[in-house]
Amino acid sequence: MEIIGERINGMFKDIREAIKNKDKKPVQDMAIKQTENGAAWLDINTGPSAENPMEAMKWLITTVQEVVDTPLSLDSTNYDIIEEGLKLCKRPALINSCHADRYKIERVFPMAVKYNAKVIGLAMSETSGIPKTADARLPLAMELVAAADEFGLPMEDLYIDPLILPVNVGQDYVIESLETLRQIKTLADPAPKTTVGLSNISQRCQNRKLLNRTMLVMLMAYGLDSAIADANDDDLMAAAATARVLMNKEIYCDSFVELYKSKRY
Amino acid sequence: MAVQVLKDRNPGKLTTVTLGATKEQGGTRTKTITVGGDACLPFLHFEGEIPNRPVIAMEVFDRAPVEWNDELKNALGDVINDPAAWAKKCVEEWGADMIFLRLQSADPELGNSSPEKCVQTVKSVLAAVGVPVAVVGCKIDEIDNKVISAVAEACAGENLLLGFATQDNYNTIVAACMVHKHTVIAQSPLDINICKQLNILITEMGIPADRIIIDPSIGGLGYGIEYSYSIGERGRLGALQGDKMLSMPTIGTVGFEAWKAKEANVSAEEFPGWGDQAERGILWEAITASTLIQSGMSIAVMRHPEAVKLVKKNIEELMVPSSL
Repeated sequence: MEIIGERINGMFKDIREAIKNKDKKPVQDMAIKQTENGAAWLDINTGPSAENPMEAMKWLITTVQEVVDTPLSLDSTNYDIIEEGLKLCKRPALINSCHADRYKIERVFPMAVKYNAKVIGLAMSETSGIPKTADARLPLAMELVAAADEFGLPMEDLYIDPLILPVNVGQDYVIESLETLRQIKTLADPAPKTTVGLSNISQRCQNRKLLNRTMLVMLMAYGLDSAIADANDDDLMAAAATARVLMNKEIYCDSFVELYKSKRY
Repeated sequence: MAVQVLKDRNPGKLTTVTLGATKEQGGTRTKTITVGGDACLPFLHFEGEIPNRPVIAMEVFDRAPVEWNDELKNALGDVINDPAAWAKKCVEEWGADMIFLRLQSADPELGNSSPEKCVQTVKSVLAAVGVPVAVVGCKIDEIDNKVISAVAEACAGENLLLGFATQDNYNTIVAACMVHKHTVIAQSPLDINICKQLNILITEMGIPADRIIIDPSIGGLGYGIEYSYSIGERGRLGALQGDKMLSMPTIGTVGFEAWKAKEANVSAEEFPGWGDQAERGILWEAITASTLIQSGMSIAVMRHPEAVKLVKKNIEELMVPSSL
C-alpha cells in the first residue's frame, strides 16, 4: 500500500501562504514529515488560487526536492504545467490525473512514456461524470487499460482510480467503488495498479479519520494498491500496515507498523 | 503444439553477501565467497538469474569431538585433534568452499578455553587456509559475547562470518561485527516472524543488510526437516516479493542436525534392516543438505567428506540450467 501524501496542496492555508510568500519552510517541513511517517509519494498541488500556477508548481517541486528524495505526484488539470514539472523531477513521477476522454489520453499517455512517468487514470469521462454502477465505470477503466497498451505505458505504471464520493453524498456508491476495484484487477495481466482520493469519502462528515481508515482497509481488501491520503494520520498508517499483514502481503513481525512506515518492506 | 511456460515475475531478489576479505580488502584471504542474489525460486533458472551457487562450509571443532561416532571420526582421521590441520584438509582434500569453526572448548565443561586461546585457534585456522571462515562460540551467551568480541577485534578486517546473534542476545556480537568489519549470523528458532524481527533489530543498529546471513535453524532428515523446508520456502517467497528483511542468504548447520539422528549412528547389527551404518550416516547428512538446498539454503555446514562430495555433485547438477 503506497500512501501518496496529500498535504502539499494550496487548498491548505499554510501551503497557500507559503506559495504566496515563497516561504520554503512550511513546504519542506511537510515534505519531511510525510516522508518520515511512511508516505511513498508526495502529491504536489498548487491549489486553485495560486497567481502563477506554472511558477508555483516549479517552485514547489524544487523546494521539496531540496529536502527529500520521495517521488512526486504532480497534481494539476493543466497538462502544460505537469509537463514543465516532469522536466524538474529527479525521480520518475506520477501524473495526477487523466480522465478516460480520448483527447486527454492522447495528451497524457505519450507524455508519461516520454518522461518515464506513471499515470493516475480516472474511471470517468467529462460526459459520463462519476457513473453510479461498477458496470458503467468499467468500460471507462478499460479505455485506460487499452490506452496503456496502445501508447506503450507499462501496465504497472497505470494507476486506475475507481472514484469515491463522500459517504453523506452517495452512500450507495461505496459498494460500487469496491466492486469496480475488484474488477479493474481482472482487466489485464499483469493487472493495472489502483488508487483513490481517500479523504473524499469523509468530506463534510464527522469522524473523518475513522471513516478514512475504515474505507482504506475495505478498499485494500478489494485490491487497492495506493491512496492519496493524509500520511500524517498515524492511525491511518497503522491501519494500512495492519491490512497488509492480514492480507498476507507482508510476513508478520512484531515491528510491522514501524517497518511499514520506514518503507523497508 | 508448443507448451507455453508460465513464468512468475518477481519484484525482489536475495541480497548478495560476500564473505572473507583479501589483502586488498583489508583481510588475509586468498579468495572470497559470494552467496545470494537469486532472483527466482531455487533452481528455476528459466525464471530468474541465479548468480551464485550454494556453497559448503565444513565444520571444524577446536576440541576433538570424541563423542562423534567412529565412522565419522575415522573418515576425518587424526586431524580432529588439530583445528588448523583439520581445516586445511577440509579445503585441500575435501573441497570445502569455506570453514565453519566452532569454539566449543570455551564451554567451561568442554575445556574452559579463554578468549585469548580461542583467538589463537582462529588465527591458526586463518593461517592454514585461504578460504573465508565462519566462527561461532559454545552457545553460552555470556561466554560467547566475550569470545566472539575478542575474535572480531583480533581479526579486524577479515570479514569473518560470526555467530550467533539471537533475539535475546544480539547487541554485543552485532556491534563487534560493525566495528571490526565482519558479517553476522542472525539465528532464529524455526520461526519466520522472529527471523524477520531480528533482522529489523539488527539493521536498526546500523549494520547493512548485505552483512547479515540468516540461520533460520533447521531440523535434520526425519526430525522436522519439513518445517525447515517450508520456512526456507516462505522466506524465499517473501524475498522475491521484495521483503528486504527476509532477503538475506541462509546458512544451516546440516552436519550438526544430521549426525544427531539415531539413523546416522546405530549399527547394522542393532538394526539389520537399516543397512550399512557408514553409508547410512553419509546419506543422512547428504540428503538433509540437498533437501534444504532445494528450499533455498545458500550455505550448508557439513561434516563428512563423502557426504560433501555427494552434495557438491548435486549442486553442480542443480546449477545447470534446466532444458524445457
